[in-house]
Amino acid sequence: MAMTKGAQPGRLVDLFERGLDAPICLTWELTYACNLSCVHCLSSSGRRDPRELSTDECKAVIDTLERMQVFYVNIGGGEPTARPDFWELVQYATAHHVGVKFSTNGVRIDPAAARMLAASDYVDVQVSLDGATPEVNDAVRGPGAYATALRAMANLRDAGLAGFKLSVVMTRHNIAQLDEFKATADRFGAQLRITRLRPSGRGADAWPELHPLPSQQRELYDWLVARGEDVLTGDSFFHLAAYGSALPGLNLCGAGRVVCLIDPVGDVYACPFAIHESFLAGNVRGRGGFASVWRESELFRRLREPGDGGACRSCGHYDACRGGCMAAKFFTGLPLDGPDPECVRGFGEAALAALAPGQAPRPSDDHSRRASPRAPAPVPVTIARRPPSPAPVPATPVMPPARGCDESPLAGFAR
Amino acid sequence: MSTKAVSTKAAAPFDLDLAWRVDDRVSLRPEPFGALLYHFGTRRLSFLKNQTVLAVVRSLAEHPSARAACAAAGVGEADLPAYATALGALRDSCMIIERNRQWP
Repeated sequence: MAMTKGAQPGRLVDLFERGLDAPICLTWELTYACNLSCVHCLSSSGRRDPRELSTDECKAVIDTLERMQVFYVNIGGGEPTARPDFWELVQYATAHHVGVKFSTNGVRIDPAAARMLAASDYVDVQVSLDGATPEVNDAVRGPGAYATALRAMANLRDAGLAGFKLSVVMTRHNIAQLDEFKATADRFGAQLRITRLRPSGRGADAWPELHPLPSQQRELYDWLVARGEDVLTGDSFFHLAAYGSALPGLNLCGAGRVVCLIDPVGDVYACPFAIHESFLAGNVRGRGGFASVWRESELFRRLREPGDGGACRSCGHYDACRGGCMAAKFFTGLPLDGPDPECVRGFGEAALAALAPGQAPRPSDDHSRRASPRAPAPVPVTIARRPPSPAPVPATPVMPPARGCDESPLAGFAR
Repeated sequence: MSTKAVSTKAAAPFDLDLAWRVDDRVSLRPEPFGALLYHFGTRRLSFLKNQTVLAVVRSLAEHPSARAACAAAGVGEADLPAYATALGALRDSCMIIERNRQWP
């Protein structure tokens, strides 16, 4: 009888399927503001939402997380460091026994910030990079994004922060760069973390062109099996387990069971990839705060009921992939009890092909920058007395780190 | 989660007669099935599968040995080997440490 982590795989799934008294970790998008505009941004970030939680409201959420003994939060956005109170909130969280792991495109990680981060045991950093070369990266994340990320990594390395994360969303254009990503991480003393592209946020539009081809999924799986030691995955590739031997991980959709998302205005969603009213459980500003949402939300209760496998029940690989990712199915228009759109057996492709165009739901909230300035067109009439002041244009297009189950609800869980 | 392969080297047996305690950097959270443990230094998570092993782990620091902690929690002689295995796993993941050991 094993009582600790020596338990058989599968037992943990049974324990966690019904949910926990509190999340193991949760993702908290602090702001929708971002200096980038990545084409696959899962939270459609760009502009700050005026209803954003105030500093005091954020601290009250941290107090709740401390009482619930949530071990750590994965902070993202948007670009979380764009909030003027970002460092104050990080310090408040760690002083209250809530660990912080935050995702950044690196824009504010200067030498001073890097030294401050290196001084804390309770803070971890993920720098987002989606191409091992400027060409591949900046095509997705915008001009200059590669240089920004590498400068941040150099600052972290020079400050002595060993083991920070280099976080990569795997796409059709960077699967072939896996070895280069690993070499880049090694060069900066970082740990490589790769996660799955989800069709969430702006990613819903980018997904058809960006998601790995079936042959690339196999390439990725083989790479993980052969070279994946010390590579983190956020447990986000469990749909690939049906290729054969299971990748380490729990193979459980943690949405509403062991993980959830708090967005910048305090809305609580089942998972970071499911920013849509269908997965909205409540708001931390409501009576009872976050604890009530987690414990009493009708949506979360439903998600904690064991599923029966639906259309996938008769598939011999169901135990391995458990039907895949709920958000990926939802935003591609597939039924939640059917196959994942990237089902390695090909059932998802078939299901997608059978969908009528326009059937996929649209993400609920879009904070994208308004369209970039159009090409100059003839102006028919001019009535202004002085030249209009130029609209504020961010230095670079922006985007928020597309994060994975971002943290895997169960990151680091020994099984 | 890490894809890191599970170490294949044989774990050393757990010494029930030494004094142990939970590492200061470990947070322990009771759950209906037992408890979750999170180590802020290694950033690893582990779990305790029942209330008895939770009682043992929680009281390790109050007893002169792990064997005494087990006895106080009502663990019978026949079950001791299983508890030693469980505690050994917690030692291997740095969740519990020897109390009197002088670290270099």
